[in-house]
Amino acid sequence: MSGQERGTTLGVGERRAGRIAVGVVAWVVGLVWIFPVAWTVFTSFKTEQDATAQTLTQGLSLDRYREVSSSTEGTLSLATALSNSLFVVLVSTTLVMLLAVPTAYALAIRRVPKWRDILFFFISTKFLPVVASIFPIYVYAEKWNLIGTRTILVVLYTAMNLPLAVWMIRSFFMEVPRELIEAAEIDGTKLINQLRSVIMPISAPGLAATALLCVIFAWNEYFYAIQLNFASGSTMPQWVIGNVDTRGNFLAKLSAASVIACLPVVLAGWIAQKRMIRGLSMGAIK
Amino acid sequence: MTAADATRKGKAGDPFSSPWRRRLPLLPALIFTILVTQLPFLVSIYYSLTDLKDKTQSLIPQPTRFVGLENYRTLLSNPFFRDAMWTSVKMTVLSVLLSLIFGTAFALLLDRKFLGQGLVRTLLITPFLVMPVVAALIWKQQMFSSLFGLLNKALEFFGLDSVQFISDHPLASIVTVLVWQWTPFMMLIMLAGLQSQPADILEAANVDGAKPFGIFRQLTIPHLRRYLELGALLGSIYIIQAFDAIDVMTGGAPGSKNVPYFVYQESIGGGFRYGSASAYAIVVVFASIIIATFALRVLSGLLKDEERA
Repeated sequence: MSGQERGTTLGVGERRAGRIAVGVVAWVVGLVWIFPVAWTVFTSFKTEQDATAQTLTQGLSLDRYREVSSSTEGTLSLATALSNSLFVVLVSTTLVMLLAVPTAYALAIRRVPKWRDILFFFISTKFLPVVASIFPIYVYAEKWNLIGTRTILVVLYTAMNLPLAVWMIRSFFMEVPRELIEAAEIDGTKLINQLRSVIMPISAPGLAATALLCVIFAWNEYFYAIQLNFASGSTMPQWVIGNVDTRGNFLAKLSAASVIACLPVVLAGWIAQKRMIRGLSMGAIK
Repeated sequence: MTAADATRKGKAGDPFSSPWRRRLPLLPALIFTILVTQLPFLVSIYYSLTDLKDKTQSLIPQPTRFVGLENYRTLLSNPFFRDAMWTSVKMTVLSVLLSLIFGTAFALLLDRKFLGQGLVRTLLITPFLVMPVVAALIWKQQMFSSLFGLLNKALEFFGLDSVQFISDHPLASIVTVLVWQWTPFMMLIMLAGLQSQPADILEAANVDGAKPFGIFRQLTIPHLRRYLELGALLGSIYIIQAFDAIDVMTGGAPGSKNVPYFVYQESIGGGFRYGSASAYAIVVVFASIIIATFALRVLSGLLKDEERA
């Protein structure tokens, strides 16, 4: 819905002035909101002295990035954290999608009896406070030697993202025209082929948005990571925290580490923002 | 065997005819979810009835005893727990409400056409994509810090006294960060709502000479209600469990410790009293169930509308 249609009762001049005013306000709001991020990016190129004093006297360089990405003996290196994060995020998101797609199918297309109760069950698990289950998980993870491994995070992140994925994919499947599915059924197409030839192509953008959200939540997760993975299985949030130095100046290095840690997800989100708008509304309302 | 029998038999062999065949695709996810989310919860209930402690943390390890409802009795009289409950309520309600208000306002702005619309939207969604730990660190070090924070530099510039934001206003500082991160999320949902308004009805109202404000009040707001509910619901699910910002910014200093952080400190975060901490957690679960019942009613309304559509 464009402003033009809404403003038809106004004169041409008024309309233009109104549009410029909206633009100015929106730009101010946008710049205020991005400011802390922009300032951090700026700081990441400074020297530590300049960062601490919030001045710019010694020029900008990539040196802080070089420092944080070079590993020191005995500390968590960027390479380790990055590969752990990539592994955990990609494997858990793949598992979520493999589990959620058939589930959404059974809740949206070939509906099981009591489908609504089952959907509510999935959503309701998101209301269980994480702290309520963390000690048993901790105790058993210790028993089974899973503390400090990537496996435990893969399992927990899959469970964490599954309800959201089921909910979203179900809504996208609801939008697939019934006639197409019925036609495929009459042809006797098997479930897997129905999914591949009819349902998946239509809901592909929605599936991509869902997967992206799962990636964001898993990449950014911190609570499970510090509770269960303080050792060699550490992920990116822990690596960023590791750059907070209690002795001496660290602000510029911390900024560089923050930029590195956030960049992949921020870029992905920028590219997919229009899809996310649809995805976040979860197609719940057509 | 008659022809009719044969068809019936053929139907029975149809992979989707029996309910159990239909259920098959959702069983893996269902079993997985029950194992990973429900089973630990049951174990937690059991722990809450014992005095389980981390054995390595005490000098003279004692066997775990079954104490019945003892943990629950002491919990109700713990003033720190009551404080944490109250902090949780304030933190969640304030953050959700403020980010909904800002998010709606920003969505209304972005729904208009202006120069650089897409770019401003990109700027606005970025905080939601930033890692929560990093968001908390940025605000703590770059904005609020009394050593190098920009806010205090600005106050100094205007000749005002400096403010110890995090130590004097821990809750407000944390809410600021949460609102900063969750406003874009609310904005995305509200944008989806605005863009799904039926164009023909708006046009008809326009042709009938309705005033823009009248259209907004009579058509847009009722249409947005469901999206507001969805945003409030999803926002609360995540914000009620806020942990990262508290851990990074205040470490649970008085006034900023919500229930999840309280339970965390009682157990794996240093207390190692799994038994009593479990009792706290179980109380939280029941509080959440009450909230969730309301929330699920909202969802149920959404689903019914969808079926009608």
